[in-house]
Amino acid sequence: MSDDELIWRIAGGSGDGIDSTSQNFAKALMRSGLNVFTHRHYPSRIRGGHTYVEIRAAADEVQSRGDGYNFLLSLGDSFARNPKEDAYYGNEEIKPLSENLDELREGGIIVYDEGLLDEDDVAELNLEERAEENNWHVFPIDLRSLAKEHGREVMRNTAGIGVTAALLDMDLDHIESLMSDAMSGDVLESNLEILHEAYEMTNEDYEFEHDLRVPTGEHETEQALLSGSNAIAYGAIDGGCRFIAGYPMTPWTDVFTILSQNFPDMGGVSEQVEDEIAAAALAVGASHAGAKAMSGSSGGGFALMSEPLGLAEMTETPLVLVESMRAGPSTGLPTKPEQADLEFVLYTSQGDSSRVVFAPGDIEEAYEQTRLAFDIAWEYQIPTIIIYDQKLSGENKNVDVEFFDRDPEPGLGTTLTEEELKEAAHDASGKFHRFQHEPDNDKHVSPRSLPGQKGGRFLATGNEHSPVGHIEEDPDNRVFQMERRVEKLDSIRKELDEERPSNQTYYGDETADYGIITWGSSHGAVAEAVERLNENGHSVKGITVSDMMPYPEKEMTEFLESVDEAMVVEMNATAQFRGLTQKELGRFGEKLTSLLKYNGNPFEPAEVVEGYEINIANEDRETTAQVRFEPAAGD
Amino acid sequence: MSAFNAIGEEREIDRDEFTPGVEPQPTWCPGCGDFGVLKALKQALPEVGKTPEEVLTVTGIGCSGKLNSYLDTYGFHTIHGRSLPVARAAKLANTDLEVIAAGGDGDGYGIGGNHWIHTARENHDMTYIVFNNEIFGLTKGQTSPTSPKGHKSKTQPSGSAKTPLRPLSMSLNAGASYVARTAAVNPNQAKEIIAEAIEHDGFAHVDFLTQCPTWNKDARQYVPYIDIQESDDYDHDIHDRAEAAEIMRETEDVLNEGTVLTGRYYVEEDRPSYQEEKKAVGELPDQPLAERYFDEDAEWERSYDLLDRHK
Repeated sequence: MSDDELIWRIAGGSGDGIDSTSQNFAKALMRSGLNVFTHRHYPSRIRGGHTYVEIRAAADEVQSRGDGYNFLLSLGDSFARNPKEDAYYGNEEIKPLSENLDELREGGIIVYDEGLLDEDDVAELNLEERAEENNWHVFPIDLRSLAKEHGREVMRNTAGIGVTAALLDMDLDHIESLMSDAMSGDVLESNLEILHEAYEMTNEDYEFEHDLRVPTGEHETEQALLSGSNAIAYGAIDGGCRFIAGYPMTPWTDVFTILSQNFPDMGGVSEQVEDEIAAAALAVGASHAGAKAMSGSSGGGFALMSEPLGLAEMTETPLVLVESMRAGPSTGLPTKPEQADLEFVLYTSQGDSSRVVFAPGDIEEAYEQTRLAFDIAWEYQIPTIIIYDQKLSGENKNVDVEFFDRDPEPGLGTTLTEEELKEAAHDASGKFHRFQHEPDNDKHVSPRSLPGQKGGRFLATGNEHSPVGHIEEDPDNRVFQMERRVEKLDSIRKELDEERPSNQTYYGDETADYGIITWGSSHGAVAEAVERLNENGHSVKGITVSDMMPYPEKEMTEFLESVDEAMVVEMNATAQFRGLTQKELGRFGEKLTSLLKYNGNPFEPAEVVEGYEINIANEDRETTAQVRFEPAAGD
Repeated sequence: MSAFNAIGEEREIDRDEFTPGVEPQPTWCPGCGDFGVLKALKQALPEVGKTPEEVLTVTGIGCSGKLNSYLDTYGFHTIHGRSLPVARAAKLANTDLEVIAAGGDGDGYGIGGNHWIHTARENHDMTYIVFNNEIFGLTKGQTSPTSPKGHKSKTQPSGSAKTPLRPLSMSLNAGASYVARTAAVNPNQAKEIIAEAIEHDGFAHVDFLTQCPTWNKDARQYVPYIDIQESDDYDHDIHDRAEAAEIMRETEDVLNEGTVLTGRYYVEEDRPSYQEEKKAVGELPDQPLAERYFDEDAEWERSYDLLDRHK
C-alpha cells in the first residue's frame, strides 16, 4: 500500500495552529473518499518547540502511522524567540524543517516558509545536497507574505494548504466547504483568498517533477473523523454516564473536556475539583447515590486515586476510571506516549485488588470497551478501568457513522428498586442485607440499594463488614466477603469468554508457528507489520490483547500453544505485559521474546518487522532505531 | 413518581429510630465527647423532620468515623480525610438527600484540609461536623493540627513547636456560609446548633469540641463554657463578616488559655448554595440525576446524534 498513500506532515511550533489546520485537512481527505489516520507529536510547552501532525491517507484502510512520510509542510516556528547563541533552546525557527528531514522518504516533497526561515540557517542544513541524494522536491515559498497580503500572518497555514493542494493535484472543494463551516465574515473571505492565491501561484510558478499525487478512494458509507478521546467520551455517554469529576492533566484532559462540554445538554454533571483524590472520591460518592459516574487521570493523578479506588473495591461501589498513560516515571515526558503504567493500574491500592482493566487498541475499541466498562461495573459492582495512552488519546481515524447507531444503556445493573427491596433480606432492625455472604446468583454479586430508597438502609465502609455493612472482624465473615469480592472476577471472565465477542483481535496467518503479541494502542503498527510480513512470504500470526484483568487465560493459552515462538511488542522498558502473561499462565517463558520501545515515540510498522527479522534469523545485530530486542528467558 | 420515597416522607419520627439494632452501644470510652455529637444528632434530626432513610451520613476515619455505626441512617464510612468529596458528590447526584459529613480534627483539618477549604469555598449544601478533641485518639494520642503549642505527645516529645490551626477563621475565609462551635458538655446548645446547621442552605460547619478523656487528659473538659449569644460580654452581629472574624480569632486565642467560647459565629443566609449556583448556570439538572435512572420515560441522548461535528 505504501506506493499509493499520502503521509503529509505539517510542522511548526506549539501555538502555530498545527492541530486545527491538520484536523481540517484530514477531514477534507476523508470527505474525498480516503481513509485517514493522524499522529500528533508535540512538546510539553505552550509556545514554541517542535510540533508536528502527520496525516496518513489511502484508499485502503489505515490503522497506524506509516514508516516515515512523503510530504513535509514546514511552517517554521513563529514563536521561537531566543536568538542568543548560547541560549538553551536557542533560535528554534528552523526546527520544523531541520528536525523532520531524517524521516522523509525518497522522492518526497518539502514545502517550507521562505518568509520565516533565515536563508543562512537553511543553507547550513545542506538541503540542496540532501535533496539531490534523496530525490526530494523542494519548494521554498514565502507563505508569510502571501498570508499578510490578503489577511493576517497567522493565516500562513491556509497558504500552506493551498500549496499542498496544488502540488498534490487535489480539488479545493472539500477544503473550502470545511473552512466555511468553521469561519465566517472577513476571516473566511481572507482565508479563501489566500487558499486560492497559493493554489494558483503554485500551479503557475512551478513545473512539477514529482510523482506524488493525492490518492483517490471512495467510501460506501458515511464517515466521521474521531480521536480515541472522543470515542471514550462517547462510549461513556452511550453507557449512561452522566457524572464526571476530574482535575486537568495531559493527556486525560481531552476526555474530561469533551464530557464537560456535552453534559450540560444531557442533564449530566461535571465537576472540576481540587485534586485527583477528590476527583475519584466524588465519582465514588455520586455512584453511591445513584449516578453512573466516572473519573480519570494520567499516571501522576491516577496515583492519587489509589485510595478511593480501593474504597470502591471494598464497598463494591460501581465506578469507571480512565488512565491515559504518558511516559514516566514521575513527570516523565508529559506529552509522549508509553505503556508503562500497566502494573501500576493493575495493582495500585492496598490489599488484594478486585478490578477490571481493559486496554482498547483503536478508536472503535475505545468506544466499545468504555461502554462495556459501564456495563460490567454496574452489573458486578466493581471498579472498571480503561487504560490507554497519549497516542490513542490524540490520534484521529475515520469510522463508519453507522457504527454508533445503537441504543444507549443507562441501566443501573444490579441496583434494586424500592419494590424489589421489599422482597430482599433484612435484619431484625430493618437494615438491608447489602453484602450477603451467598447471594442468590452465580455471579457472586449482592444486589445494592441507594440512599433515599425506602427499606434499603445499610452502611458502606472501607472496613471489612457484615451483610448489613457493619464493621466486622469475625474470621468466617472475612473469608466469605473476601472470596466473594475476588470471585466476581471469575464470573466476569466467564461472561467475557462465553457471552460476549472477544475483546482480543486476531490477524495474520492462522496456521503460522510464529506469533506477535501486543496490547492496547500499539495494535495498529503491529497489525500492519504482521500483514507486511505475510505479504513478503513469512508466516506470522498476531494477537492484540485488551483484557488486562481478568486476564484472558484461555485465549492466550491457545494462542501460545499454537506457536513455537512469540514476540511481545510494547512501549515500555521492563516488558510489563510479557511479565503479566508469564505470571498469569505460569509457563511459556521460553517462547516469549520482547520488542520494547520507550523513547517517547510510538512504534512504526518497520520497527516491528525488523524485530521479527532479528529474532527469526537469530542475528546478533543491533536494532536500527531506538528499539530494544530482548531474548526469551534462558536464551 | 419518585424512586426515593423515603425522601420527604411526612410522619411522626421517634429519636429511637436513629439507634441501630446491630450495635446500639457505642465503643467510645466512657466520658468521651463523641457521645455528645451522637446525642445531638439523634435529637436534632427528628426535630427538623428527617427520617433515617432520607439522610446520608458520611464519615472519615478515627473514633469520630464510627458515628454512622451508631447512628442509623444510610451511612458511608469512607477513608481518612475524604468524607467531604464523597458527601458532596452524593448531594450533587441526588440533591434531595440530606447529607451530613463528619470526622475528627486530624481527618478534616489535617489530611483532608484541601477538601475542607474547597467544599467551604464552593458552599455545598450540607452539614459538616468536626469532632475537635485536639488530639489523634484512635492511634493513641499523637499531636493533631489543633493541639495547643507546647503539647507533648509520643510524636512531639519535647512539646509541639507549632501554633494550632484556626478552624473557625479558616472556614470563614474559605467561604463557609454557616460557622458555629459547640461542645459536648453543652447538649442543649449542641442540639440547636446541629438542627440549624442541617436546615441551613449551604455549607454549614460545626466545630464540635469533644473532650478525649483517654489520650488528652491534660486538656480541659471544655467547662465552664460561655455561649456568646447568651453572655452579656459578647454582642456581635452573626451576619457581619468582620465582626465574626474578630470574635472567631479571640475564641481561638483564648481556648488554650482555658476560656471556652461557643455559639453561632457567622451566618450568611442570602448566599445561594453551590447546588443553586450550578443549576443557575445550567450545569446541574433540576430533577435529581439519580431519579432519572429510574424514570421510564426518560429519553437518553446518544453519541450518534453528536457526530455532525466529525463529518
